[in-house]
Amino acid sequence: MIQLEGLTKRYGEKVAVNNLTFTVRPGIVTGFLGPNGAGKSTTMRMMLGLDRPTAGDVRIDGQHYDHLKDPLKYIGALLDAKAMHGGRSAYNHLLCLAQSNGIPKSRVAEVLDTVGLTAVAKKKAKGFSLGMGQRLGIAGALLGDPRILMFDEPVNGLDPEGIHWIRNLMKSLAAQGRTVFVSSHLMSEMALTADHLVVIGQGRLLADTSMADFIEQNSRSYVRVRTPQRERLLDILHEAGVTVVESGSGALEVDGGKAEQIGELAAQHQIVLHELSPQQASLEEAFMQLTAESIEYHAHTDTPQDAPPARQQAWGDGWNRS
Amino acid sequence: MSAPTPQPPMPQAAVPDWQAVAHGSSYPGVGYTSPIPVVRTHLGHAISSEWTKIRSVRSTMWTLGVFVALVVGIGLLVAALVAANAGDESLQGENPLSFGVFGLLLGSICIITLGVLTTASEYGTGMIRTTMTACPTRGRVLAAKAIVFFAVAFTVTFASVLLVALADVSMLTDAREPSTAEWLKGTLGVSFYIALLGLLSLLIGSVIRHSAGAITIMIGVVLAPLVIALFMFSEALDGVRQALFEYSIPNQLSVFYSNSLSESGPSGWDPLWIALGVTAAAFAGAVALLDRRDV
Repeated sequence: MIQLEGLTKRYGEKVAVNNLTFTVRPGIVTGFLGPNGAGKSTTMRMMLGLDRPTAGDVRIDGQHYDHLKDPLKYIGALLDAKAMHGGRSAYNHLLCLAQSNGIPKSRVAEVLDTVGLTAVAKKKAKGFSLGMGQRLGIAGALLGDPRILMFDEPVNGLDPEGIHWIRNLMKSLAAQGRTVFVSSHLMSEMALTADHLVVIGQGRLLADTSMADFIEQNSRSYVRVRTPQRERLLDILHEAGVTVVESGSGALEVDGGKAEQIGELAAQHQIVLHELSPQQASLEEAFMQLTAESIEYHAHTDTPQDAPPARQQAWGDGWNRS
Repeated sequence: MSAPTPQPPMPQAAVPDWQAVAHGSSYPGVGYTSPIPVVRTHLGHAISSEWTKIRSVRSTMWTLGVFVALVVGIGLLVAALVAANAGDESLQGENPLSFGVFGLLLGSICIITLGVLTTASEYGTGMIRTTMTACPTRGRVLAAKAIVFFAVAFTVTFASVLLVALADVSMLTDAREPSTAEWLKGTLGVSFYIALLGLLSLLIGSVIRHSAGAITIMIGVVLAPLVIALFMFSEALDGVRQALFEYSIPNQLSVFYSNSLSESGPSGWDPLWIALGVTAAAFAGAVALLDRRDV
């Protein structure tokens, strides 16, 4: 479990992370979402004790990171794929990490096998592709068999097979009762892996909600209907008390409508339908709307370090309670 | 792609009631428990880790290889040239060990480079974030690096210097027999001095966090005082000039062979104490900065 309390990081005048408070819980995959430059990596670095917070506090299972005696057994992190010396072999990279935490040597071979790098264990890391580097980073995170795992943009640069592998890995790690915290700027990726969502924009908390709630709140579902007898269908639907929106391309959109109901009505009145399809607005759109708001808001402010105005607070609060 | 998880199948923990966890003040023992035994790590772990790091990169082999080649190669060459060209009388009363200084002076650049790379290269590659995540006690990381580097640098220097010293004594038969104190200073003492110079470079590398910048600074520290002294023509600056000259690193090196370029200034074991003091101060400063700054 990772707990953040009012975590803040300032670089001079610029506020990179602004008063973040949330908890990352065990047993589920928590997605950490935000556009580029939202403060995700800075937050993660503070969690790992690499950057000192300007204010606030982060605790790993109730302790400060620098008080952990064998941190790799508490928390494994993939920060960026190239956080290693290119001249060192994959095996030696993992070996020096294992030694610093008193982890048995045998674990090195085990994690190399887990990530599928056994064949290139003796090769220098600088010859690795981005995907292989990412796998080596993940091997390092798994080395101590930790109960908390943190991945910063793990699918960056991976091929579809690698993405699929990481997704399943994260899910199975969470299913074992571990805390899995993964950052991304892709909502679509999170929708497939995360059970819980923490969204930040401009260093502020915008949402802290379960994935299911987020989908429910943000996905507008509607039924798209296409027919040559438009006017008749409109009349019939109106009589049935169904609200219809006309979309630009000559199709009709029925908000919250049931495809079955519309189909049956059309059949009763012998109306020809060319299309009858349930639709969902993409989560990506919902996410962009959410974060665009924070960027737009920021663009109109002169002094970001001022106390957060009411409007911004309302955003965060609304999500918190949902 | 083999098994997606690293450990043998374990009873899967039920998804915890995280609402309760989130709102409870204490952390209940939910979640995953690893079969790997918990170890209280100490400096020894960090040292074995740093030893793996220093021996597993090629730059270590290169810098040390060139160092040995320079010290031993130039040392033997000078000894051979002197032995061939010196007249019967000219070596009388000379300390034969002193001909090792030329190779050592050039070789020190290699030790400086290796020292800087030990710390600064981690910043260049991003490895430092991995290192500090694995060992958040930053002072411990620096101490482990310092100990491992110092041991390596001292051992290699001492072996090379000893080889050259033995060759000098056997080849330059006209020179006098060095006293025990001269033997100690000319081998052990000078090796400590070179290793300390490397250690200072390591600390500068940790402060500057940039390999090329730190190496440039250290080469400047070695050469600049002599060069600046050369251009101080004004008589008013004579004192400064003299001090720069006497306390320059090449001159301090030659003090170990008791043939200082000047009469006043450091003598005997003084250069070693000066280097110890400077390095200790640099270590304290580097640790303080390391603790304060973001990685």
